[in-house]
Amino acid sequence: MIRLNINGQDRDVDVPGDMPLLWVLRDELNLTGTKFGCGIAQCGACTVHMDGTPVRACQTPAESAAGTKITTIEGVSGKAAEAVQAAWQKLDVVQCGYCQSGQIMSAVALLTDNRNPTDDDIDAAMDGNVCRCATYPRIRAAIKDAAKAMGA
Amino acid sequence: MLNQLIKQAAADVAAPSRRGFLKGAGGALVLGAMLPRTGFASEAAAPKVVGPADPRPQAFIRIAADDTVTVLVKHLDKGQGIMTGLTTIVAEELDADWAQMRGAFAPADGALYANHFFGIQGTGGSTAVANSWDELRMAGAAARAMLVATAAARWSVPASSVTVDKGVVRHAASNRSARFGALAEDAAKLPVPQNVALKDAKDYTLIGNPSLHRLDHVSKTDGTAIFAMDIRRPGQVTAVMARSPRFGGTVKSVDAAAAKRVPGVLEVLTVPRGVAVVAKNTWAAMKGREALTVEWDDAKAEMRGTEEMLADYRKLADQPGNVATDTGDAAKALAGAAKVVEAEFVFPYLAHAPMEPLNATVELNPDGGCTIWAGSQFQGVEQKVVAAMLGCKPEQVVINTVWAGGSFGRRATTDADYIAEAVSIAKAYGKAPVHLVWTREDDIRGGRYRPLFLHKVKAGLDAGGKLVAWRQKIVGQSFMAGTPFEAVMVKNGVDATSVEGSSDMAYAVPNLYVDLHSPASPVTTLWWRSVGHTHTAYAKEVMIDELAAAAGKDPVTFRLEMLKDHPRLQGVLKLAAEKAGWGQPLPKGKGRGIAVHESFSSFVAHVAEVSVDEQGRVTIDRVVCAVDCGQVVNPNIVEAQISGGTGWAIGHALRDEITLTGGLVDQSNFDTYQPLRNSEMPPVEVHILPSTARPTGVGEPGVPTAAPAVANAVFAATGKRLHHLPFTRSGMV
Repeated sequence: MIRLNINGQDRDVDVPGDMPLLWVLRDELNLTGTKFGCGIAQCGACTVHMDGTPVRACQTPAESAAGTKITTIEGVSGKAAEAVQAAWQKLDVVQCGYCQSGQIMSAVALLTDNRNPTDDDIDAAMDGNVCRCATYPRIRAAIKDAAKAMGA
Repeated sequence: MLNQLIKQAAADVAAPSRRGFLKGAGGALVLGAMLPRTGFASEAAAPKVVGPADPRPQAFIRIAADDTVTVLVKHLDKGQGIMTGLTTIVAEELDADWAQMRGAFAPADGALYANHFFGIQGTGGSTAVANSWDELRMAGAAARAMLVATAAARWSVPASSVTVDKGVVRHAASNRSARFGALAEDAAKLPVPQNVALKDAKDYTLIGNPSLHRLDHVSKTDGTAIFAMDIRRPGQVTAVMARSPRFGGTVKSVDAAAAKRVPGVLEVLTVPRGVAVVAKNTWAAMKGREALTVEWDDAKAEMRGTEEMLADYRKLADQPGNVATDTGDAAKALAGAAKVVEAEFVFPYLAHAPMEPLNATVELNPDGGCTIWAGSQFQGVEQKVVAAMLGCKPEQVVINTVWAGGSFGRRATTDADYIAEAVSIAKAYGKAPVHLVWTREDDIRGGRYRPLFLHKVKAGLDAGGKLVAWRQKIVGQSFMAGTPFEAVMVKNGVDATSVEGSSDMAYAVPNLYVDLHSPASPVTTLWWRSVGHTHTAYAKEVMIDELAAAAGKDPVTFRLEMLKDHPRLQGVLKLAAEKAGWGQPLPKGKGRGIAVHESFSSFVAHVAEVSVDEQGRVTIDRVVCAVDCGQVVNPNIVEAQISGGTGWAIGHALRDEITLTGGLVDQSNFDTYQPLRNSEMPPVEVHILPSTARPTGVGEPGVPTAAPAVANAVFAATGKRLHHLPFTRSGMV
């Protein structure tokens, strides 16, 4: 049994210690907002926050998440999260939408640390998140829009 | 007006029984909360926008007592925004308030929901808006008329004195009004009007309105949108499949002992397409597959690598092929040409790799049929194929279509592919609903690629620099051969999807010859966003650029001279050139290139501006695009699709290819098949030509011209021609 803290709640899961957090979230806890895209930390669809830092859940063994605070798209909150989700909706960023939970988790982490990201900052924070629909221009615009909203 | 429209639609889409629209679809128009909500309605996991996947609705429009209007959308929304677009069309004619509109995927029911272009229910070829344009405007107008008639009867006033605005039905003289929800139940009892007037484009308030948001803009930003991957049925198990690493290979022997010892693995089953590991969860299924030992029989497998295949293609290209077009006498005209330009183009196999790996959930039903949850794109095909597998009727195959995490053509298969695979496992397992999950490696190595293509083009100019001859030899697999679509798509040995964009090119060439070889291989291939135009437009637009250079003419002027009979192509070409500042000087190391093409009845031109450094590294600084897709339903979505199509095209052109060595796929995941990333996406400006012509698609037409515009820009910057794709094969990095 492994005790995890997910979105502020302690959850005991009976899984092998090497099961990636991604599958614990999706298959054991029915938190399906975190997506499976590649399984090798190349696409970012499974991005969650571990103690506030974005990590790829597909490469995070369940046992290594014990004792940390995990936040998923279902539980993300606060000023940066509100600003990012509002900007995403305002600019109609999504197309197929499958990657967007991960995009949003990366963007929230970026704006939590850096209220005024440059294009280079956005590149560095967001290049790990693939969007096959290429919604990238609107992702960039939405991050800037959210940053502006947070500063206001 | 209606009859005229029906006639026009019949001519345009060769639809079966368009005349029957009002009787069939109109007669089935259901208003009011009349049908029991089943399917998703009972589940906590119900997506916000996708309503109940009701197995028995017979309508396009459902108006509930709570005043919501739900449009049943028969096309798969895989990101292209069709849920929003089709709902907008209904809302416009209904004079609804956008806030009351909802969208839901229609159930699988070919009688009600066939795509009029295909004759079966399915999505593809950028047809969704064009297909539903008449049908949904008429449905919306009919529903509006029924609401008006109900209000008029209730208030004892003439229907002509009743107006509708933003979801409110009103009689101004007596100051009475009612919302749709209050009228719907009575309205549903009325006969469906056989003649309804449709709005003039100038009166549209929702169609063409840039302020309408996508219906899925909230559920796809808070994690609540439900994709097939997120379906959770009671007792559901997960399956992962081992498939032959070589195309055409079959199972010789299986040693499942170690796999069965993996905790969580329930069963190992040999099914027609390979060996399925069924487990309690996805991780256990994946670990089980790792522990599996399968010996494969390669007797019928593809053993060649792509280099050997290309060598074979080159030999074929020297032989006469099946003639796709032969106008004038190209051979003679080439012999007499003042200047001849020749090039060989190579286009690699490409994977679609939608973000959501392929998956489907199948639950066997007591009646011998089954229920499927999938991002289903060809419901008509899937019902038939699965019915044959289970020995039931197609209508016993219930398909709940859910949001698809991308497709780009991958989900539209002629044999039900991964859905049939999931059914085969559910049938063999028999004990519980089965969720089949493909991993990314399964996807990248799983075939259904854009075919490997070789083009050899030879074109001639006369002494005045006028294009007088064009001879093109095309070699590549046909993915229509051997499918139910073959009879329609392959004529005289020519698969239309292999030559579209070449054999019917718009440029005025008096002597045009195009032929085709379609060599067979066990490597499976499929349409890939913009289909044949992915390669034909590239070869055409890069060649035209070379010819312009050989003729000493400006690339825009040269094209315009040959497009005199094509005003819409001229329109986008001129607009893109103007917006991009065509002709303005650029610093050394930078270049500007242009391309124009028609696909899926839409017209697009791209201008790209690039920088190339000394190492051959290409940076795309700016892309300007012009599109003419007729009447625009949602300009915000058109912009997104053309911009996204641009990113799609250039991402693959830069570095992506699927290659085989000894029959084995060299790539496996996003580390070796590298998708375009945010920092590589150029700014893309999309300019839309205003039009009231019948609407056409935008999902695919943004793709064909993007890569050749970039290639032509690289030529302008460096003098180097990029004939082999990806660009890394032509010396770029």
